[in-house]
Amino acid sequence: MISANNVSKRYGAVQALQEVSLDLHPGEVVALVGDNGAGKSTLVKVIAGVVGPDSGGVAIDGEPAHIGNPHDAQRHGISTVYQDLALCENLDVVANLFLGAERRKWSLLSHIRMERSARDLLTSLDVRIRDIRVPVAMLSGGQRQSVAIARALIGEPRLVILDEPTAALGVEQTAQVLDLIRRLRERGLAVLLISHNLADVRAVSDRVVVLRLGRNAGEFRTADATQESIVAAITGAAA
Amino acid sequence: MNAATVTRKPYTPKEAVERLRHGDLGAWPVVGALVAIAVVFGTLNEHFLSPENLTNLALQMAATGTISLGIIMVLLLGEIDLSAGSVSGLCAVVMAILSVRQGWNPILAIVVALAAGALVGLLHGVMFTRLRMPSFVVTLAGLIGWQGLLLYLLGEGGIVNLPFDGFVAKLSDTWLPSWLAWTIVALLVLASGGSSLVNRRLRLAAELPVPPVWWAAVKIGGLTVVLAGAVLVMSADRGVPLLLVIFGTLVVAFDLVLRHTAFGRWMYAVGGNVEAARRAGISVTRIRVLAFVLSSTLAAFGGILSASRLSAVNQGSGGSDILLMAIAAAVIGGTSLFGGRGRTYAALLGILVIQSITNGMFLLSVDSSVRYMVTAAVLALAVAIDSLARRGSTT
Ligand SMILES: Nc1ncnc2c1ncn2[C@@H]1O[C@H](COP(=O)(O)OP(=O)(O)OP(=O)(O)O)[C@@H](O)[C@H]1O
Ligand SMILES: [Mg+2]
Repeated sequence: MISANNVSKRYGAVQALQEVSLDLHPGEVVALVGDNGAGKSTLVKVIAGVVGPDSGGVAIDGEPAHIGNPHDAQRHGISTVYQDLALCENLDVVANLFLGAERRKWSLLSHIRMERSARDLLTSLDVRIRDIRVPVAMLSGGQRQSVAIARALIGEPRLVILDEPTAALGVEQTAQVLDLIRRLRERGLAVLLISHNLADVRAVSDRVVVLRLGRNAGEFRTADATQESIVAAITGAAA
Repeated sequence: MNAATVTRKPYTPKEAVERLRHGDLGAWPVVGALVAIAVVFGTLNEHFLSPENLTNLALQMAATGTISLGIIMVLLLGEIDLSAGSVSGLCAVVMAILSVRQGWNPILAIVVALAAGALVGLLHGVMFTRLRMPSFVVTLAGLIGWQGLLLYLLGEGGIVNLPFDGFVAKLSDTWLPSWLAWTIVALLVLASGGSSLVNRRLRLAAELPVPPVWWAAVKIGGLTVVLAGAVLVMSADRGVPLLLVIFGTLVVAFDLVLRHTAFGRWMYAVGGNVEAARRAGISVTRIRVLAFVLSSTLAAFGGILSASRLSAVNQGSGGSDILLMAIAAAVIGGTSLFGGRGRTYAALLGILVIQSITNGMFLLSVDSSVRYMVTAAVLALAVAIDSLARRGSTT
């Protein structure tokens, strides 16, 4: 289990996070929702080691973990897919999947080994790409998002964080990505999904955590919660 | 895995057009340009396609081509090196002073000159990455500054002659005997055929798709025809110039490094998307510095080759239009100015285009004013293709 405990973070005059806590279990999709500026991205950045918290921190299996930079986070099995995909459009799918983690033999790239694992990985996630040797620039938005998510799995992580993975996608491609998220859950990964789209959230998540003005503002089991109760927690109407 | 997934399906016409629109033109525009040049100048002047002239062409290409190869290293990152000409002149002067005035062993002098080039590149790279100066400005300062240092080093005399029978001058006056040239051709064809065969086996063993056999055969056949044709033509004259072999070796070696090492992969990554490269844990700073070091070192080497051809260095070394020719060659050859796209063969093909135009116009005794304008038009066309391709790939 990976958890964030009592995390606070202040940017100048803005208290972006105030004593926020969050638990993430293997095989569970947790949706993190909240209005613009609620602190979702900031919380993700703390977990992913991009920014350091003012107080509080991340614990892994109950042990406090020192996560000072993104590299530490990766070492602890935390993998993040950012909103801007961070793919190299000029490189092909294989090159993007293994970027920075190239398999090598005597400092030469092992093209065949990487392509084999890339195909296996994409097949296991049921991601369909006709020719994985073409530059990523030639793929559709949904395919690119799928590549970005598949890439997060290369280092065998235990937690995958997705920041608005469906924001720029059409209906069909969104469905593809949601399927992909379900498959991550089947693999036993913990998934943290940030989304503004409550329909998507209700479709894939097991649990919904609401942030409001930098504080925990409610937590629901998706199966039991109504759309209205979640919206109320987001806007603070019920309080 | 069934057979349908193992052989890669050919593209439908629609997909092929799509690929073209996305800038996947490859080397075809350049090859077309070369054919056009051969036809036009060949009909206007019967001497243009003669073995003697084509051999001269091969000899003329090497120096600027090597500088162009260096330029490609920075262009791949989406940066520019305006100092390559000056650096080539400066390092040639360093080499000449050490070997002639100081009486050093010429090979040692060359090594020191290359090291000086590397140092210059390191300085550019550090100014670019640490001081965050735009590469355009850093290397513009270099263009002027290193030219100044060159003049300072040359001093009063302003010229250093290299002995005609010395090692350096001999470099550009060495011709491969025809048995050696043919052996090299045979080895290259064997190596490329063998590697494609081995690669095919390994891919099939890993159940990965392979291109159809005829395609591999066409590629190797094409390579054989081109190499054999070149050797045949040049053997009818003085033979294959050593300088061309050196340049060709550099092009092939750098292509292999760029495609088969992590360093090469990261060059393309940084050129494609710096932020993505950084997040993937790639040391962007190191890649950038290395690219500038390579650029300047190759420029230094090009300068030495150029000095070898002239058997002298003087105040004009590395000056006039060398830099622009080198940049133009890289772009005409298909290297993108926007970074992340291009191969080292661009240096070879691009310089071939430019040098043939120069050479052809010279044969026709066309004034250099016209030559500049024609070269500019070719360059503008190449950049236009590049820009359109880029637009295609981002929409
Ligand atoms: N680098 C920063 N410097 C200053 N303030 C920041 C910074 N990053 C975030 N903030 C502030 O912290 C608060 C929380 O921002 P955060 O990006 O975490 O919100 P969010 O929930 O991700 O919003 P959105 O839904 O718009 O992505 C906001 O008020 C924002 O202005
Ligand atoms: Mg956000």
